[in-house]
Amino acid sequence: MTNSIEEIEFTDVILATGTNTTENHPMIGARVKRAVRQHGAKLIVIDPREIGLVKYANIWLRQKPGTDVAVLNGLMNIIIGENLYAKEYVDTRTEQFDALKEVVAKYTPEYVEEISGVPAEDLKRAARMYAEADKAAILYAMGITQHWTGTDNVKSCANLAMLCGNIGIAGGGVNPLRGQNNVQGACDMGALPNVFPAYQQVANDDARTRFEKAWNVSLSGTPGLTVTEMPDAVLEGTIKALYIMGENPMMSDPDTTHLEKALKKLDFLVCQDIFLNETGELADVVLPSACFAEKDGTYTNTERRVQRVRKAVDAPGSAKPDWQIISELATKMGYPMNYDSAEEIMNEIRTLTPSYAGVTYSRIEEEGLQWPCPTEDHPGTQYLHKDQFTRGRGLFHAVEYIPPAELPDEEYPFILSTGRVLYQYHTGTMSRRAKGLVERFPESLVEINPDDARKLGINEGATIEVTSRRGKVAAKAKITKSPPQGTIFMNFHFSEVAVNKLTNPALDPIGKIPEYKVCAVKVEAA
Amino acid sequence: MAEKFQITIDGREIEASPEQTILEVARENGIYIPTLCYYKGTTNVGACRVCVVDVENARSLVAACAMPVSPEMVVTTDSDRIREARKLVVELLWASGDHNCLTCEKNGNCELQDLIYYLGIEQPRFTIEPPGYPKEDTNSMIQRDLNKCILCGRCVRACNEIQVNEVLDFSGRGSRSKVGPAFDMDYFSSDCVFCGECADACPVGAITFKQARFAGRPWELEKVRTTCPYCGVGCQIDLNIHKGKIIKVTGNRNYGNPNLGSLCVKGRFGIDFIDDPDRLTTPLIRKNGKLTEASWEEAIGLITEKLTSIKGEHGPDSIAGFSSARCTNEENYLFQKFMRGVIGTNNVDHCARL
Repeated sequence: MTNSIEEIEFTDVILATGTNTTENHPMIGARVKRAVRQHGAKLIVIDPREIGLVKYANIWLRQKPGTDVAVLNGLMNIIIGENLYAKEYVDTRTEQFDALKEVVAKYTPEYVEEISGVPAEDLKRAARMYAEADKAAILYAMGITQHWTGTDNVKSCANLAMLCGNIGIAGGGVNPLRGQNNVQGACDMGALPNVFPAYQQVANDDARTRFEKAWNVSLSGTPGLTVTEMPDAVLEGTIKALYIMGENPMMSDPDTTHLEKALKKLDFLVCQDIFLNETGELADVVLPSACFAEKDGTYTNTERRVQRVRKAVDAPGSAKPDWQIISELATKMGYPMNYDSAEEIMNEIRTLTPSYAGVTYSRIEEEGLQWPCPTEDHPGTQYLHKDQFTRGRGLFHAVEYIPPAELPDEEYPFILSTGRVLYQYHTGTMSRRAKGLVERFPESLVEINPDDARKLGINEGATIEVTSRRGKVAAKAKITKSPPQGTIFMNFHFSEVAVNKLTNPALDPIGKIPEYKVCAVKVEAA
Repeated sequence: MAEKFQITIDGREIEASPEQTILEVARENGIYIPTLCYYKGTTNVGACRVCVVDVENARSLVAACAMPVSPEMVVTTDSDRIREARKLVVELLWASGDHNCLTCEKNGNCELQDLIYYLGIEQPRFTIEPPGYPKEDTNSMIQRDLNKCILCGRCVRACNEIQVNEVLDFSGRGSRSKVGPAFDMDYFSSDCVFCGECADACPVGAITFKQARFAGRPWELEKVRTTCPYCGVGCQIDLNIHKGKIIKVTGNRNYGNPNLGSLCVKGRFGIDFIDDPDRLTTPLIRKNGKLTEASWEEAIGLITEKLTSIKGEHGPDSIAGFSSARCTNEENYLFQKFMRGVIGTNNVDHCARL
């Protein structure tokens, strides 16, 4: 997030798109709802599904799945056309406005209605509401990113925010709501194929030299492969061994039949986890880890706040914290790693990660610090890009709308969108072992619109078969007006209904994120 | 901000701001006024009247939680008259419910119990007549016993004003008033999303955490503050530990951002996995096609041998690693250091895209 969670509650307009906030980030959902009910904020929801926030919204734009760029360009078309944009901000803090203006010119409300199904008048109301606010926050999540145009979608959100001068102010911003406890931290720490900690490029000689000196090794300057590129590399024979720490790709990755083939072809697979999950079943060696309550450390939340994790109970059997396991393995492999505590590792991180340099354990004992926090007397950063952007001026990216990679046709007439539900989490390894959560949500459900259900002769609770070009699963129907006609929604929490057998591994060319929000499927009563 | 002024509480001259209530000024200055229905961050309803104080020249005792301060106000927080008024309120509450501390989960952490002790009430002067509602036992997360409810409305305000789930409200009148979801539904059948805010807000034993029932008394629990392991909000939680086991998760309103003490159903009720019997407790090595228990030495030795030989034969880029958005910063840092520095490849990624 460019801004902070707290600011959401006290902003003027909230534009939430591609985020089912009340289910996936309930405590941010509560902030949004309090902003609306108690502090007079206005809420615009852009989402194909009638999500929980719609009840609190002033305007709901129900676009066809995957038409986000068209809708966002449409909003900007109106804002520029009606002269509602922040001229001084655009003049002094951004560049390439003319290119943006030129591209969005053709996204008239009528044209956007044709593409997205959003009524032109609603689009105008939303554009005015967002543009006329003194401060407005954009919230988004995987509904924006999990498209093969995910990067374009994000750039369009940033364009809209810059156009209205909403970046670099309290209560504004472009705010991705991150779905996992430490996905922000994992990125910050360089668990990415192209960057060291703090996003220092591996291909950059200065950066590499810094790490070579600190670690006393020589390092490769060639960026590696992403998670989503790995299966093909295994099948082509370039990757022979895979070490997986705390992930369950057999459930979370797209087109799992393909992935399974790859994992089985590996010469050597190590899984380090708290449970023997679907991926671990295929491993050559499985190592038992301590869970969050059994170790010390830090997580960095979606607003860049580094917070403590504390040991409360002992790990079962001989399970060990992941950092200890890696240290022991590295040492055995001839590179001694002797850390007595997680804090000692953080102190090393601080020397190589400028944005974390000021984050000491003693400073975050009571309250976490938000990076960038470059020195020990720096108070942390509530919102980014205050007086200038990281690169100086904010760059508008003129982006054209591209339809989803796989659209419905005669054989596969429905759109399948996947995501999470309130009572379960990701691949279910943790949440499916919680009695209360299982009581509330015991099995996978296919959300289908009542009109579609009627046409297909499907009753509530009846088993439905869902087939894509890549696979087939079956689950019970939940008839609800939440998905629009022609779209079904499924979760990916249940291995019995492994929905990622269906999903399309079409990747965004830059983000390498799969298009989980749109693929074409056939729906039949079983 | 409007100008500050002086008021007097219990003979002390105190500076106050016009938007403050008597209770807020008193608390800020360490002066105790008992409360039951008051719940910080929600509307001041002045419902229970145990916070009554004497304000000079006022017609009657006033509720400190709802009364704004005004210049030159003179307040007395404790006197025979005030105590008698508070006692009457508390005795009526006591008599109208089933306040049996012997088996109550809130024993030792109950605001009504504390107040009865503070006011020195031996017995209520009224006949004890609990309403006789059945206990709600429809789910394994939240238990409701409305016979212990004092109708303070904190759960209603927590649900509507803090979580804004808009599920709970009052229904019925007089002695048959009760709190709950619409149409007197139980939690499980209603729109309740089991955030547990109502249970954290309840000052008595009316709404409690089911899984913690008989699992440990409040004074036996150790609380360890940590960060929730589910989504990216990073809610601050207290793990409540009894004899080495986590028995419940509670919010703490003193911890501030990002969640101000509020939690959702996953953070609150989603941590059973910690003690699950399926937890991995020892390394496993595949032998004859089957994963078999092994020692750490054996497992680490095998990994070292295999990775070293694969690296030797096919080069470092033939090895890849998936780090994890579930692990700590320290672990992610070490993992990429291991892949880059020890294996010698940039083939390291994690599930951010999924």
